This record gives sequence, structure tokens and C-alpha cells, in this order.
Amino acid sequence: MTVIDKIAPEGSKAGERVSPRPTFRHRLSRWDVKVSPYLYIAPFFIVFGIVGLFPLLYTAYVSLFKWKAGDDTPDFIGIDNYKDLFADSQFWNALTNTISIFLLSSVPQMIMAVMLAALLGARLKGATGWRVGILLPYAASLVAIGIIFANLFGPKYGLINGVLQTIGLDPVDWQANRFSSHVAIAIMVNWRWTGYNALIVLAAMQAIPKELHEAALIDGAGMWRRFFSVTLPLLRPTLVFIIITTTIGGLQIFTEPKLFDALPGSNNGGSSNQFQTVTLYLYQSAFENSSLGYASAIAWVLFVIIVVIALANYFLTSRLTRTPAVKKK
Amino acid sequence: MRALIPVNKVVEHVRTIRNGLVLALGITMTALGASACSGGGDNNPPAAAAPNEHVDLTLSTFTEFGYEALIPEYERLHPNIKITHNKTGQGGPYHQEVITKLAAGSGLADVMALEEGHLSDFLDKGSKFNDLTKIGPADVTPDRWLGWKYDAAKTKDGKLIGYGTDVGPLAMCYRKDLFKNAGLPDDPEAVKPLFATWDSYFAAGADYVKKSGGKAWFDSASQNFNAMVNQLPQGYISTDDKLAVETNQGIKDAWTKVTDAVAKGESAKLTAFSNEWNTGFQQSAFATKVCPAWMLGVVKEHAGAENANKWAVTAAFPGGGGNWGGSYLTVPTQSKHPKEAAELAAWLTAPEQQIKAFQAKGTFPSQVKALTDPALLSKTDDYFGGAKVGELFAEQAKKVQKPQYKGPGDGQIQENAASPALQAVEQGKPAAEAWQQLVDAAKKITR
Repeated sequence: MTVIDKIAPEGSKAGERVSPRPTFRHRLSRWDVKVSPYLYIAPFFIVFGIVGLFPLLYTAYVSLFKWKAGDDTPDFIGIDNYKDLFADSQFWNALTNTISIFLLSSVPQMIMAVMLAALLGARLKGATGWRVGILLPYAASLVAIGIIFANLFGPKYGLINGVLQTIGLDPVDWQANRFSSHVAIAIMVNWRWTGYNALIVLAAMQAIPKELHEAALIDGAGMWRRFFSVTLPLLRPTLVFIIITTTIGGLQIFTEPKLFDALPGSNNGGSSNQFQTVTLYLYQSAFENSSLGYASAIAWVLFVIIVVIALANYFLTSRLTRTPAVKKK
Repeated sequence: MRALIPVNKVVEHVRTIRNGLVLALGITMTALGASACSGGGDNNPPAAAAPNEHVDLTLSTFTEFGYEALIPEYERLHPNIKITHNKTGQGGPYHQEVITKLAAGSGLADVMALEEGHLSDFLDKGSKFNDLTKIGPADVTPDRWLGWKYDAAKTKDGKLIGYGTDVGPLAMCYRKDLFKNAGLPDDPEAVKPLFATWDSYFAAGADYVKKSGGKAWFDSASQNFNAMVNQLPQGYISTDDKLAVETNQGIKDAWTKVTDAVAKGESAKLTAFSNEWNTGFQQSAFATKVCPAWMLGVVKEHAGAENANKWAVTAAFPGGGGNWGGSYLTVPTQSKHPKEAAELAAWLTAPEQQIKAFQAKGTFPSQVKALTDPALLSKTDDYFGGAKVGELFAEQAKKVQKPQYKGPGDGQIQENAASPALQAVEQGKPAAEAWQQLVDAAKKITR
């Protein structure tokens, strides 16, 4: 240290030119500027590497083996798991179910969330109370919701069929029929998430400048016209964001169909897999059939599907948010 | 303000993707990462501890084994041994965890309880369990247990991986009042001919449906089907570990009988152990029920006090006898003290202790001597009209034939292929289509 200190001043004449051999202290401070930020963010990436990236890559590795839980020497089979998977009707069935439940839940959810937000934005007595109220389902335990709804939709002794029969309609075997089981599960999802999304939309709605509404009002726009021509277009980025999050959540739907089964907790998704989702099938393959290699292949295909949809959403978002600016003038 | 929300949320959405992956993949990896380091090495049981050296033993059970009072007693008898007892509520997750920890090569207790229905998955992994005929006390001989109970815990190469604890001998439960209303005999002796064979049982069912104006005879098709398949000489998997669903005529015959009965309206179409099934007991939705010894408690709980004395149980079961449930105590090779663990398992499964467990929690003993114990024989149940249930189930336990070979995947096929297929029939799927569903699902499980 002392040696360096002595040499350093000789080389640099009062800072006129940069020393060809910077001092240790200089180097330290340069490293500090260059390296420290990476060090500060490193903990996240190290943890992510261990619990995120490593499992991701290792799953890809496992998916190339016929690997039963407890196998000491799994057989390398290349992409056979993927070949089997693409020829597996149960997988396509599960994917169809997942997308069907997703559409049945996200589309009505979006519409209801916007409507609820519009209502909550109106002048109400006790506004905070109402707003907290619609968030309550979100605060309830998912498992509790699942068990309660499975009871409500019980084919013989469920409350909903009881009501249907009281008003003279035929009871519905919610678990047996493919479509009605999707509707029931979608209702469960909507009940939990609509209020949450409505609050996000409400916040975005309140951020719309009053001047725009006033200007529209002066131009003679009625309530509906203002809603469709002012409010909705300005909500677009928020709505796209909600679409992205519900897509990701919807493609991984697991707890609701698992608890909706006649035997709550079963991974079969109904007697003929009529509401088995991709994640349920993945779980069943891994932990009931102990086919870890096959389950890993499902996990990877699901990952790719989510990435593709997320990317599609990303491009959609950037296009949608850009268009208004271009249209201006 | 508006700009803030999406930014926050984008971060959250990125997190959601990651969480999702970690969830979906991470769980898988936990199991895999663990299995990677399980490659051999710990298969040599260390030598037994010196006679008075302090030994810590762990014991894992699920639901109720009735061992609470027995453990302090064992510790008193063996001052150098300290036992930690881990109790888990549900059997399903418990056994799943055992499989994971077996694969991981660590984490299991010295003495692990395993249930009969899950045993096929473990017999297949016999190398991970100690052979109790080798490390167990010499005075524990096969004649301690009912023959079929003892034999069912032997692997194909003859290793004994578990000492039997309790059993679930099958009898028939039925509703006296509903039988009477439909003009059927209702005395426990008089109903026995109805329950002589499966044919007579389903014929009586068809008769009951007609006379009762369309009421259901049994709760769920799979409850009967499982018992029927268990009575066959061979099950879903043949002794050479090949899938036999399509080649075993007995299975197809049982399928035809059960689905015919469903077509005649004999099934209440309630999935066993579902919420609707629980309610079905209260609503008097069915008149008969396959009844292993432990089912009496289930009936009581769900049918409730208002149906006391309406249910009865009789010492008859279609096609002879059968067993559903009951457990074993095993000593995995992971155990650091296999010899002490085997001694504890041997002591707990001795007739004297199993009688105490029976008195504590009603677990029905599998030991020959326990089945003639006065404490068992004198046991009656007021809910079932004061029936001598101890004597009755002891009699049923002796009717069980030799155990059927349960190949790997057997339990899975029953649970995830046969039961859903029968449920589909009850939900209106044509029986032929549902049979194909069973076959396909079974092929997949054994793939």
C-alpha cells in the first residue's frame, strides 16, 4: 500500500493526464462504480438462480429421461417424452379444458370488473366500505372458497341445484358435464378475482383527467358516449395489464379444479378428466404416477405456451399503447 | 397515478411468471434433486447399539393407530429408548411423502406405518426396507398373524417388509327400517342369504329398487367393484407384473355385474367419501353399504344420532370375505437403528398391545390371539342395535382368502382408473365407453 502511494503521485502530474497505471485506490473506486451495482442486485439473481433458473434447466434435463420417482438409473430417451406428450389425448384434453376455463373466467371477469369500477366511481355513500367489500373475496382463503363452492355445486344436495329445482328448473350435474363443470369453476375464479381487478380499473379510471370529461360534456356527449369514447380508450393499458395477469393465472389454474372434484383433492378432474387442467395433469403425472420425466416435459410445454402468450400480449400492449399517439392529429 | 399502477403491476406479473414456474417446476425438482443423491451407499444397516446405550427412535403413523398410551409404556420397559411419535392426519399425502423420502434416501422415521391399499407401491421398492424376518426378534413368527395378513407384506423375493397392525374385514351394513318398508327380511340372520353371492346381492337390489319405488340399494358402484376385484385370484396386475385388465375375465365379469346394477337404478351415485356421500347417509339415500370394521365409525358419524338403531351389520359378505384397510409397521433401510426399530414394531404389533389399541381407537387387530381375546369378543355396538361387532368381524376376518398379488400400480388403477370410470357410468356414460376409459387409464398408469 505504502509503496503504491509513493509511486502514484510521480506518474500523475497533479491530475493533468490520466496515469497509465492507476493507483489501487483509483482502481478500487472505479470498481466500486462499475461493480457495486451488480453486487447490490446479486442476491436476487443468486436466489433466482438457485430456486428459479436451476430448476428450470434441470427440469429440461429430466424431461429427456424415463425417470420414475426413486429410480436409481433413469433411462435417457431423448425427446420421446415430448413425442408421447404431443400424441397424448389426455394432454390435449387438459389444454382444451384449461383454455376453456380461462376464457369462461377472464372474459366475463373483465366486463364485470369495468362495470363494477364504473359503479364504484359514481358518487356513493360510504364509498370506502363498498370498495373494501368487493375486495373481500380476494382476502378469503382459496381452499375455503374451493370447498364451499364444491358444496354449493353438489349435484344431489347442493344449494344451487336446490334453488334451480325450487324455481322449477332441472338440476344440473355440475361435475358430470364438461361445459357446466367449466362454468362452475369459472364462477369460482370470477368470484375471487373480479373485485380485485375492479379496484385496479377503478384506480385507472380516477386517474383520467376531469378536463377530458368536461370537454366531452361541452361537446354534447352523453354518459354512454363519454364512457365508450373517453373512459374505455384511456383504460386500455390497464386492461391489457389485467389480461396479461389473468392469462398467466388462468393457464396455471390448479386449486379450483382440484377441490371441485366430487372427491375434493383428486387430481383426475372429474370422472373422465372433463375438468382436468394442465397443471393438475402435471401434478398427477409427477406425484401419483411418479413419472417425473413425463411431468417435466409437461412443465416445459406449459412454460413455452405461457411465454408465447406473454410475448403475444407484450406486442399487443406496445401496439395498443402506441396507436393513440400516432392517431393524434 | 395511473402510470404507477401498471408499472407496479408489471413487476408483479413478472413475479407471477416466475412464481408459477418455480411452483410447477420447483416442486418437481425437490423430488428430483433429492432422488439424484439417493444412489446407494446407505444400504448397510449399522450394527445394533450396545445394550444400554441411549437410542432415539422415531415412529410415523397416520390417522389413528391407538398408540398414544403404548409408547410411554414401551419407554418404561426400555429406559434407554426414547420414542418420538409423528402423527399425520390424512393417509393420502402421508404415503406420497413416504415415496418422496424413500427416493431421497433420507427423512423417514425408524418405524413407518404403511397402509394396505398403498402397500403395492412399496413392495415394489422392497430393497429400501429391512427384511423383518432377518432383523426382527426371533420369537416373532408368522403364526402371530392371520395368514393372509402376514403374506400380503412379503415381496416377490420373499422379504417381509412389515409387521401387521390392524385389518378391515368386510361385512355388510344395511338399513333395517328401509328393508322392512320394502318388504325384505330385516333380521341380521335372515338377511344373510341376500348377501351370499354378488348375484344374490344385486338381484335383491333390483327387487328393493322396485319395491321401494326407485330408491337406491348401494352408495357407489366402485365400493362394490373394488371388493369384487379384491376377491379374484388375480387382480389388475398379473404375477409377472403385466397389466391384466383386458385379459382377466374376472374383472370384466365384475364390471358387467356392477354396471348392470347401476343401469337398474341400484346405485345412489354418490362418490365415496365426498361431501355428497356424507350427506347421503343422513338423507337415507341408500339401503346397504360395504362395511369394513372401521366403517362403523364412519356410518355413525355421518348418519348421526337420528338414525341410531336403523343401521345394522351382519356377518355376511357377498362372495365370501374380504379385507379393506389395515396397516403395517415397516423399518426402512434408512433407519440408523434398524434392530431397535424392529423390536419396537414387533412389540407394538403383539396381540397384547393391539388389543389395547383396539380398546383405545377401535383398530381391529390382525393377530390370531387377539381375535379370541375376551375384550374383543365382548365388544358390542349400541348404535347398530347392540350387535356383537367384535365377534362378528373376528368371524369375517377368518373368511378372507389368501391375499391377491398386488403388482406395482395396483392401488393407482383402483383409485384413478376404475373408480373414475364407474363414476362416469353413474353420470351417464355408456358402460362400453367407460370400460375403454378404464383400460386406457390403466395402460397409462403402468406405462
